[in-house]
Amino acid sequence: MSIRTRLLLYGVLLVLCVPFVFPTWWMITSSFKPNAEIFSPSLWPSSWSLEPWRQVFTMQPFAQQYFNSAYIAVVVTLGTLVVASMAGYAFARIRFRGQNVLFLLVLTGLLIPSEVTIVPLFRILNSLGLVDTHWPLILVPMLGPSSVLATFIMRQFFITLPGELEEAARMDGLGRPAIFRRIALPLARPALGAVAIFTFLHSWNLYLEPVVYISSRTKYTLPQALTQFTDAYQGQLWNVQLSAASMTAIPVLIVFVLAQRQFIEGLAHTGLKG
Amino acid sequence: MTVVLDRPSSEVRSAPSFWTTRRRDQLTAYVFITPALLGAVAFVFLPLVLVVWYSLHEWNVLADTFNFVGAENYRKLADDPNFPAVLRATAFFSIGLVVLNLALALLLAVLLNQKLRGTTFFRVLFFSPVVVSLLAWTIVWGFLLQDNGGLNGLLETVGIDGPNWLRSGGTAMVSVVVVQVFKNVGLNMVLFLAALQGVPQELYEAARTDGAGPWTIFRRITLPLISPTILLTSIITVVGSLQVFAQISVLTQGGPGTSTTVLVYYLYQQAFQFHAFGYGATLSVVLFLIVLALTVLQWQMRKRWVFHEH
Repeated sequence: MSIRTRLLLYGVLLVLCVPFVFPTWWMITSSFKPNAEIFSPSLWPSSWSLEPWRQVFTMQPFAQQYFNSAYIAVVVTLGTLVVASMAGYAFARIRFRGQNVLFLLVLTGLLIPSEVTIVPLFRILNSLGLVDTHWPLILVPMLGPSSVLATFIMRQFFITLPGELEEAARMDGLGRPAIFRRIALPLARPALGAVAIFTFLHSWNLYLEPVVYISSRTKYTLPQALTQFTDAYQGQLWNVQLSAASMTAIPVLIVFVLAQRQFIEGLAHTGLKG
Repeated sequence: MTVVLDRPSSEVRSAPSFWTTRRRDQLTAYVFITPALLGAVAFVFLPLVLVVWYSLHEWNVLADTFNFVGAENYRKLADDPNFPAVLRATAFFSIGLVVLNLALALLLAVLLNQKLRGTTFFRVLFFSPVVVSLLAWTIVWGFLLQDNGGLNGLLETVGIDGPNWLRSGGTAMVSVVVVQVFKNVGLNMVLFLAALQGVPQELYEAARTDGAGPWTIFRRITLPLISPTILLTSIITVVGSLQVFAQISVLTQGGPGTSTTVLVYYLYQQAFQFHAFGYGATLSVVLFLIVLALTVLQWQMRKRWVFHEH
């Protein structure tokens, strides 16, 4: 490739980067601007103000909301890993009666987006007294549509394991549960990692469900909390909102930069539903 | 393997047990799939059956009514003056998103597939919005697209008076589509990149020897060979696009007018803002049928369109 083509390619790539990188940059730098200066087109705040970052915590129980999102995402992720790896393993490695029919049922579940079922789910969970608790945000993702997807992904992984490994373990006198735990699960680490990343981000970004189920501020999760930074006249306090948004985005971005290969490969192969 | 050989210990062998390895395996399998199956039944299939049942009811939570009305909600749907606009908005969003997303993803993948230093770095940058929280991404774009926001500030410096992107009918939907394209195009880009790297180099060399230009090579070799990936990504993207909610809710609230009221947003408004649960259920059924039809259609197209399947 000639130097000229090379430079041209770099130029095109750099220009194309702008809409991908600039918003994140703008979010972080603008969050340090005073609200009066918020619409000034300067790429760098004229003076850095920590005031908006402090206001995030005085305007809302933001630390509590942050904790809500974090613990819900962790519980959902761990729960999904257990449920999906067990079911995925059974579907892939054990022959049992009704296997095909039941797996077809799981596959059908992939066709049903959670938005389709939110009206009846609201009614069911309401009659169980679970509205305005975190249970819907934990149970529905952990056992519902996104768990179905995770089961499918785990099954596709386990089916590629060589059968000899299990035969050898069986000769050593291991039972099925032990084979699963000591042989299959350790080998499934890449798939488990991918499912964990996908499930965590899915829970972290969940928006329709919290809006429908949660009404107390102290129970809000981050996506819901982010939309609530307005002044007494419903005017948007952009700098405070952008500070809160930065706090939501930065930790995940840091983990992404540290483990970008796992993230990219994991999400590309599991992020099946947009 | 015979049943006798399967016995793990000598005690068992002396008294033929009901619990053969095969039976024990089966039991393990049922225990292993039970949580997932119960979950799928309770949170996917039961609600799906109920949503159809509810769609046959006039059900207002505030008025506390729940009456069987047969197809009344579907008649209401046919007469709903907003419904055609909602379908148009949904179609516009989905088609716009799929076309722009796939085109940009393919362009980025082709660029990153060149023998060039630093492509990993660019790959990370293009992918980064995927991991930025959806609401954070949407909010900062909402900020940039304000009438006096960053984009119009930029346009002003080159002497263009930009529109109020999210508040005028002509640009609101396009803006929402573009925001969403940049958010998730990285996923499809990575899938395309993997597909491009799977195209055998010999084919390119052979074509070049035959005197084919780059465009012919792309159209005659690359595109057919990556067509399974194009199909896969288009299914994922279409189904994902039908679920868009947060972006609409934050950026435009369905407006101006109903120009960005997509189906899920309309469903949310009817059920959870106007408390018309029966009608909301009807709209859910419509959403399900659309997803179902699109998936079936795309798998049918596979036969005719896709060059080969592994």
